[in-house]
Formats: sequence, C-alpha cells, structure tokens
Amino acid sequence: MAILELKNVFKTYNPAKEYKGEILDNINLTIEEGEFVAIVGFSGSGKTTLVNLVNGLLKPTEGEVIFKGKPVEDTSHERGVIFQNYSLLPWLTVYQNIDMAIQEAFPKASKQEKDVRVKEYIEMVGLTHATNKRPKELSGGMRQRVSVARALCMDPEMIIMDEPLGALDALTRGNLQDEILKIWERNKRTALLITNDVDEAMYMADRIIPLKPGPNATLGPEFRVNIERPRDKTALNDNEEYKKTRLKIIEYLMDLGDAQAAESTATYELPELQPKDFRWDAN
Amino acid sequence: MKDSIIRALKFIGLGFLEPLIRLINKEEPTKNTKEVFRKIIAPVASVFIFVGLWQLGSTALYNIEAEYKIEATLKSQGEAEAQKIKECMESGDPGCQPNTLPSPSQVYASYLTLLEDHRTIAADKKAFKEKTFEMNKKRVKQGKSVITYTGRPSFVDQIKTSLKTVFAGFLLALFIAVPIGVVIGLSSTLRGSISWIIQIFKPVSPVVWLLLVFMIVKTLTKNSEGDSAFIISFISVGLCSMWATLVNTAMGVSSVNTDYINVAKVLRLRPLQKIFKVILPASLPLIFTGLRITLSVAWMVLIAIELLAQSPGLGSFVWEEFQNGAMDSNSKIIVAMFVIGMIGFALDRIMLFIQNLISFEKETI
Ligand SMILES: Nc1ncnc2c1ncn2[C@@H]1O[C@H](COP(=O)(O)OP(=O)(O)OP(=O)(O)O)[C@@H](O)[C@H]1O
Ligand SMILES: [Mg+2]
Repeated sequence: MAILELKNVFKTYNPAKEYKGEILDNINLTIEEGEFVAIVGFSGSGKTTLVNLVNGLLKPTEGEVIFKGKPVEDTSHERGVIFQNYSLLPWLTVYQNIDMAIQEAFPKASKQEKDVRVKEYIEMVGLTHATNKRPKELSGGMRQRVSVARALCMDPEMIIMDEPLGALDALTRGNLQDEILKIWERNKRTALLITNDVDEAMYMADRIIPLKPGPNATLGPEFRVNIERPRDKTALNDNEEYKKTRLKIIEYLMDLGDAQAAESTATYELPELQPKDFRWDAN
Repeated sequence: MKDSIIRALKFIGLGFLEPLIRLINKEEPTKNTKEVFRKIIAPVASVFIFVGLWQLGSTALYNIEAEYKIEATLKSQGEAEAQKIKECMESGDPGCQPNTLPSPSQVYASYLTLLEDHRTIAADKKAFKEKTFEMNKKRVKQGKSVITYTGRPSFVDQIKTSLKTVFAGFLLALFIAVPIGVVIGLSSTLRGSISWIIQIFKPVSPVVWLLLVFMIVKTLTKNSEGDSAFIISFISVGLCSMWATLVNTAMGVSSVNTDYINVAKVLRLRPLQKIFKVILPASLPLIFTGLRITLSVAWMVLIAIELLAQSPGLGSFVWEEFQNGAMDSNSKIIVAMFVIGMIGFALDRIMLFIQNLISFEKETI
C-alpha cells in the first residue's frame, strides 16, 4: 500500500506573480510502505522544498500530498524529520533536545518511562558520554547523531532525511549510513532520503529518483537498485548490477548538468532579491 | 594556573591584562611587550594626558575669572579692597575663590572631604541608633511609631538611594517591557496596531514622563503616607527607559531563526512549550541587549528626574551643590560626575557579564 503520494504537485514561493511551478513543477511520486527511496539532485534544485511539502511545513501551490490516504495539512509525529542543518536548539543539552521531542510524542508516559526512552536513544546513537553537552560542544557528526535520535525517538512511521550526512567526512558518513539502515530495518519504517551523493543513494535505497535542476524542477525517471540487503560496501564495487545502475544514473545526471550549463549561459537571469526590513514596525 | 587566571580575568571584563600576565611568564616577549604597551601603557598614559589637559584648562579659566574679579573690585571698591581680594585668593581661602571649573587636585580634595563627611554622618547615625534602641523598643510595645534618624544624608547615602531608585525603575521596566514585547513580537497584527504608541512615546523626554507620573501618583497617593517622591522617580525612570527593551524583545521574538520555528512545528510543541523552550531562549540575546540599553538609559535619566522630583539621590545632590554656588560645590559636582560615570560603566559591565553567562552563542564583546 502506498504510504505517501504526491499528485501533480506544483510549488512556488511567490504565488502572486510567478508561474505556479517556479520551484517544483508537476511532481508525482508514490512511496510504498517499508520502502527506502532516495532523491538525488543538484544544489538549489528544490530538494528542501520538496521535503517541507512532505513533512507539512509547506503547502503545495497546487496538487496534493497524501499520507496514509489523507491529505497532509500540518506537521505530524508520524513523519520524523532530520533537517539539513541539524537544527538542534543550542541552548539545550543533548538530553534536553531529545527529551523535548519525547515529551510531545508521548505525553501520557510516566516520567521514568520518558527518561528511559531518552537515554535509550542517546545510547543508540552512541552519545551517552555527551548526554549533558550542548550542541556547540559537539562535532558535526555528533550533532547529526542527536538530530537522528531526535527524529527517531518519536517512533515515526516515515523518516524524512534532508541531506542528513552532507556535511560529514567520508568515515563518519559511512558509520551513520549503517546506523540509519539498521534502525530502518529494525522496525521496517518507510524512509525518504534526500542526497547529492549517488553512492550513498545506491548503498541505502531501494529506488533512486533524480530531481532535475531548477527552476521548474521535476522528477526524472526512477532507477531501481535490485541488490540484496544487507549490502556490503566493499563487495558492492564488484557487483555487476551495482556498476551498471550507478553508471546509468551518473550518465543521466551528467546529461542534465550539461543541459543546464548550456541553458544557463544562454539566459542569465539574476534572481529577484529584496532586502529584508528588520525594523520593528515593518511587516 | 596562568591560563585559568587569564580566563578568570576575561570573564570579569579585565581581559586587557592578558599580555601582562603572559609577559610575566616570559611568553613571546616581543609580541607581548607590544601588546602590554598597546593595551595597558597607552590607556594609562591617556588618563595622565586627560588629567594634564584638565589642569591646564582649569588654570586658564581660573586666571580669567580671578582677573575679572579683581578688576571688578578695583572699579567698584577701590585699590585697597582689590589688594585684599588678591591676597585672599592667593592664600587659598575657599571663601573668596573665583567660581569656575575646579582643578583635578581640588576635585580630589573634595572627594576626600565627602568621604570624611560620610564617616562622620555614619558614626552619628550609629550613635543615634544605639541611643534610641531601647526607647524605640518601648515605643513599639506601646504601639507608637519608632524614632528614626532624620539628619542630612551623606554622599554615599545619596549614591545608595540613587542605586535603589534605578534598580526599582529597571525592574519595573523589565516587568512591563518584556511580557509586552513578547506578546507583540508574537502577533504581527498587534504589533501593527500598537506600533503608534511606541513610536510616539519612545522619544518623549524624561521631564515630561516625570510630570505625567506626578499627575497620576499625586492623586493615587493622596491618603497614604508612602514615600511619594521615591515612587514618582522610580516609575518615571522605568517608563523612560523601558522602550529599548520593549522594541528589542518584540524584534527578537518576531525574528527567531526559522530553523528553530520549524523544529517547534515538526515536534508539534504546545504553544507554551514553544514560547518558553524555543522563542524566549532564541530571543534572549536581543532581550538582553535591550535590557542593557534600558539600564544605561535609566541611570542617565535618573539624575535629571531626581533633580526635578526633589527625591533624594545623586541628582538632588548635584542640584543642591549647584545652588550653593561655592568653589567647593563645583568640585563636588565634578566628583559626582565621575561617580555617576563609573557607576554607569560598572552597571553596563554587570549586564554584559550576565549576558555572557547565559548566552549560548559566541562570546559578545
Ligand atoms: N522561503 C523561501 N522563499 C523564497 N524562495 C525560496 C525559499 N526557500 C527556498 N527558496 C528557493 O527555492 C529554490 C530551491 O530551494 P531549496 O532549499 O529547496 O533547494 P535545495 O535543493 O534544498 O538546495 P541545497 O542542496 O542547497 O540544500 C532556491 O532557488 C531557493 O532560492
Ligand atoms: Mg536543501
């Protein structure tokens, strides 16, 4: 059964004057329950916008986002989000950051149950030693782990990850990829991963869908990754299926990149920027 | 050891002593000697230059004033009187000094006089307390009011009164401006609709606030025996100074980083949780900036308000001395000026210290 469906979704941030598909142009996407889908795309193509439409922070200008058969109206605990820039609250410790999520997700649980759960998730991402540290005392990888724990502790049915590992070094990245996969497999949740790394997508996902560069970004053809799980990173490089699919995706993306480069030299439009007025009476 | 000293110094705002400590520890001598010169010797030298210029200036003014006085006496009362005045001036008798800008040494002398005066009055007070202790006990038993000391307050007492007034005013500003700021920061409709109040009242002069408060408090306290001068002055101080906090709080609350707001939405925080766990902490730096401005404005307007409200404190001290019109009074006014400036500086440092304690971001300077 499809858990998430996007039907003819258009999105613009400026509905008054621009074309309705200025950022996202006619997006159609179906994700089955328990599936791991990766979306790869160029920087600035509208990946975060797409994620925010799915998690309920944004509404489509036109079209429908349907989760478990109902249109998405607002954010929900059923969809856990790992933000691109971690978005931890800097004035709270690791414990408090996770506790805040648990307080909201399980309001009826006893104090002790909540405490156990917070600690369990801190341990799961291997941060027990940093329980009482604040985000600024953590490394980038550790912050990302907190962000992962915060999203997962609410026990969402779907995990939405916006370039979760983009800012990490290769080694930490590999470790966290495995951890995310472990969690995903343990409860067989649904996962939507946004990434700009084809190898990461190949290693983690069942299905890879490219997002064409914006403006008017739309989804490209899907690529299935038919490789047994659990996947072995070192063995993957010799896997014929892996090599073939990887080549196809990279060729497709390079063609897109070339096309965009040709187009962008032809019409070089400056973005329409307006200075933001921070004076207190400005609205 | 050395590093912890440096950290401690930085924490209390004496970070400029760092190169000296490093130099004593023989660390990078050339670089640190330069730093010591730049951060310690040069500022100290500037103090000496300042005092020197002041000395020169006051001597020049003294000469002009003295010449004029002798000249005037000569014209009106003749040679003998003029000679007398001249001698009197040269003898240093304060009774016949020309009334002008006092020199640094005169100001320092006045400072010592004021301290001495404080000691006398403090001793006096203590003696009075001891004397009336038993009697007051009896009076309390009999249900009569106690006898209190009603003598002249010393300079230090005036400072204490002023500090009390400014803190009362500051707290008033805090309790009015922060909650209102949060509320109007949260609602752009409200912000738009009451923006005119802020725009109009923010630039109103302290004097007018004082008169307004006077009109209201006078009526309200008609039948009570409260210290209405104190009430009037602290309320006026609060009202004058709260605007910076109000505006900064509203701005802080309305411009919280969208990332944090998104977190609050995704976690579906309840409204109160959202305000106390996300919005308030996120706008704390701006709220504190506002409070810092508020405190310094409060201290600045306090003097004028005390002066007008005739409530005791540094303001009325300055005013009384000015009306005295003696040379000695002028130096006392300058002493008060330095004290006011230094207390203002100290208050600002204290606020900065608290701000750094609670700030979650980089250190502010
Ligand atoms: N709140 C907003 N208002 C107006 N325009 C926006 C807003 N957010 C994003 N955009 C625009 O939408 C486009 C897509 O932005 P988005 O953040 O979705 O890209 P992205 O694919 O996530 O990029 P990156 O890989 O750098 O994270 C960009 O051109 C951006 O300028
Ligand atoms: Mg993005």
